[in-house]
Amino acid sequence: MTDNVQLEVEHLTMRFGGLVAIDNLSFTARKREITAIIGPNGAGKTTVFNCLTGFYVPTEGRLTLYANDGPRLLERMEGFRIPRNNGVARTFQNIRLFTGMTVLENLVVAQHNQLMEASAFSLAGLFNLGRYTSAEKEALETAKFWLNKVGLYEQADWNAGNLPYGSQRRLEIARAMCVNPSLLCLDEPAAGLNPRESAELNVLLQSIRDDQGIGLLLIEHDMSVVMKISDHVIVLDYGKKIADGNPEAVKNDPAVIRAYLGEDEDDELPPEVAADLHLDPNA
Amino acid sequence: MSALITSSRISGAEIVKELAFFAVIALLMSVMILGVETVDRPTGLELAVRWDLVVTAIISTIIGRLALILRREHISRVGQALLITAAAVAVFEMFVRFRDMDDRWASPVFLDMAFGSATSVIVAVAFVTIVFAIAYFSMKKPGAEEEESGSRLSSKIQLAYRTNTKKIGALGIVFFIIFPFLFGENRSAIDLATLVMIYIMLGWGLNIVVGLAGLLDLGYVAFYAVGAYSYALLSQHFDLSFWLCLPLAGIFAASFGIVLGFPVLRLRGDYLAIVTLGFGEIIRVVLINWYDLTRGPDGISSIARPSFFGFAEFDRRLPEGVMGFNELFGLDYSTMHRLIFLYYLILVLALVTAFVTVRLRKLPIGRAWEALREDEIACRSLGINPTNTKLSAFAIGAMFGGFAGAFFATRQGFISPESFTFLESAVILAIVVLGGMGSQIGVVLAAIVMIGFPEMFRELAEYRMLIFGAGMVAIMLWRPRGLLSFRDPTILLNMSKKEKVAGEVK
Repeated sequence: MTDNVQLEVEHLTMRFGGLVAIDNLSFTARKREITAIIGPNGAGKTTVFNCLTGFYVPTEGRLTLYANDGPRLLERMEGFRIPRNNGVARTFQNIRLFTGMTVLENLVVAQHNQLMEASAFSLAGLFNLGRYTSAEKEALETAKFWLNKVGLYEQADWNAGNLPYGSQRRLEIARAMCVNPSLLCLDEPAAGLNPRESAELNVLLQSIRDDQGIGLLLIEHDMSVVMKISDHVIVLDYGKKIADGNPEAVKNDPAVIRAYLGEDEDDELPPEVAADLHLDPNA
Repeated sequence: MSALITSSRISGAEIVKELAFFAVIALLMSVMILGVETVDRPTGLELAVRWDLVVTAIISTIIGRLALILRREHISRVGQALLITAAAVAVFEMFVRFRDMDDRWASPVFLDMAFGSATSVIVAVAFVTIVFAIAYFSMKKPGAEEEESGSRLSSKIQLAYRTNTKKIGALGIVFFIIFPFLFGENRSAIDLATLVMIYIMLGWGLNIVVGLAGLLDLGYVAFYAVGAYSYALLSQHFDLSFWLCLPLAGIFAASFGIVLGFPVLRLRGDYLAIVTLGFGEIIRVVLINWYDLTRGPDGISSIARPSFFGFAEFDRRLPEGVMGFNELFGLDYSTMHRLIFLYYLILVLALVTAFVTVRLRKLPIGRAWEALREDEIACRSLGINPTNTKLSAFAIGAMFGGFAGAFFATRQGFISPESFTFLESAVILAIVVLGGMGSQIGVVLAAIVMIGFPEMFRELAEYRMLIFGAGMVAIMLWRPRGLLSFRDPTILLNMSKKEKVAGEVK
């Protein structure tokens, strides 16, 4: 069991003053699996991501990432260290590309740490030494691979801000993959996509899971994405986990239905009020 | 007249309303500035009223505004040209009266000219004709396609500039290299070129911090001061040569950059600007008050001049056994040799700055700077250490400031805290912003405009500041992002640079 775990979240609690955004949350995400976190607005999904990627320091709890070289405790790391060396890469709910830079540059920037090392903190790069040029060539190959994968090779020299919305989403995923992570966190990757684009996204995410062999963690509202591609779904409501299992089981979980659709309020209304509201019991 | 200006688009009443509005504005603005003057009379200071200036200011505003209305509504090209000419005459009148009229009730100077002697009539007619001709032919025909020709011209210039940036840069370098041969005998030309070159170098150094990494630094002059004082003190107390002190000055300035940067670089935008401003002032105040070390406001004088790379000196009288520069090359002694040598020295230092910046931009560190300027949060999510990246920009920028400071000290031979006021920081920042953030050639243009022009037109006295202000306003209007504010990609995959630029200019 433990060999297969990519990420283990234990008793994660995040408080902002009096507000408990996440309350004693525990779950695991497995390697080569897509784990979806769903829940109504304000359930604390993005807060989980921000804890995982070092933007917040959790109030309590332990976050263990099982990378290739062994377990790492994410809650103790400075934010920018988390993506390094097969760490955790992420995308953002509101896309955060470097809009003034080209698509290709976005992907090269993502490989900053490898290149920085190869350029010996710019000294080798300044004098164009061989070890830097070869590293740069390698970085370009990686970038080209991901450009092809997300279908943006033709637009490689465009400014990222000029891409249509759907392409910007895909570019952000490609950029995160250029970090060479062992876990990829996607914050609402299908938001704002049309049905055709979100079908393409499904293919892309499945291919990342199967071909790159890494774990994916995604927050998503689009159920056509979640139910089709997730291997494992976790449902949050008011910072608590209310369901955890495969998509089918979660879909039929009464707690989930209650969280999404609310209590069946018809029963609680007195009959005369219901009549006033012209509620048709058969509707 | 009313038939000329009324059209289907705008009614006479609207025009009158607009003119009245601007007349009131002109009144408000001119009444305090032009309308009253303090005059020193035997009885004491008195206020003299100059209503004629206020009236001419209002009349020229009304006429000019009317011309603008016609232009906006595409009515009557002749009418526009006539009005502009009339406004020019009114402004001329105002200017003449402002400068040398004693009798406030004298008849208009221009009328006197037009009905005066033969020469003054010719001058008046020529003035009117030239202004009218310029106004008429620079105007587009009423109803012609809007904005067409102007924008096409500017995009053509932009395209030509951006596809040939390297050639233009190379031409500029060649020009600066042969400059002493063109003006070799002209001492003030070389001096001015050296001064401009110092600011070009400072602009290029600050460009790394502000233009590339997007960190607003209002205290850049602190690093300039650190460089200057490091050289001055090291050479006086330890008798070290300029060539040894130059790298040391850079290292000292870079260390100050790191020491300052460490605590403050977590701040962003306005907050960072305020802290850097404070740091600049701290350095200056320390320089003033640490009398034992820096001799405070007295400054440090007779700072050693640089030798010719240690082989020869430039002085006329030399101690026994020291080679003179003129002897080394078999020339007659000339004081210009040192000046020209200093010019080439700062040219080389500046070019090194430019070369390093251009190279760094294409390296991972430079790309990370630009990425950091665009989005710091995204950078963190990609594993880029924001603190180190910012610090490196700060330190490298500071290092070049330090080099420039050491050069400044050796060129002047005297430094005092006076030379490192906030105004200097502001000027350097203005050069970077005016040139267009991140643009190397832009910095050169801006340094020439900001430093060169005011020095060249020193005879115009306070009017140059007026022209300078007008120029700044014009740039804010037409090129709010700086003269040359284009970003060239550091790497291209499918397109040539020409195609990429053509796609953006359209």
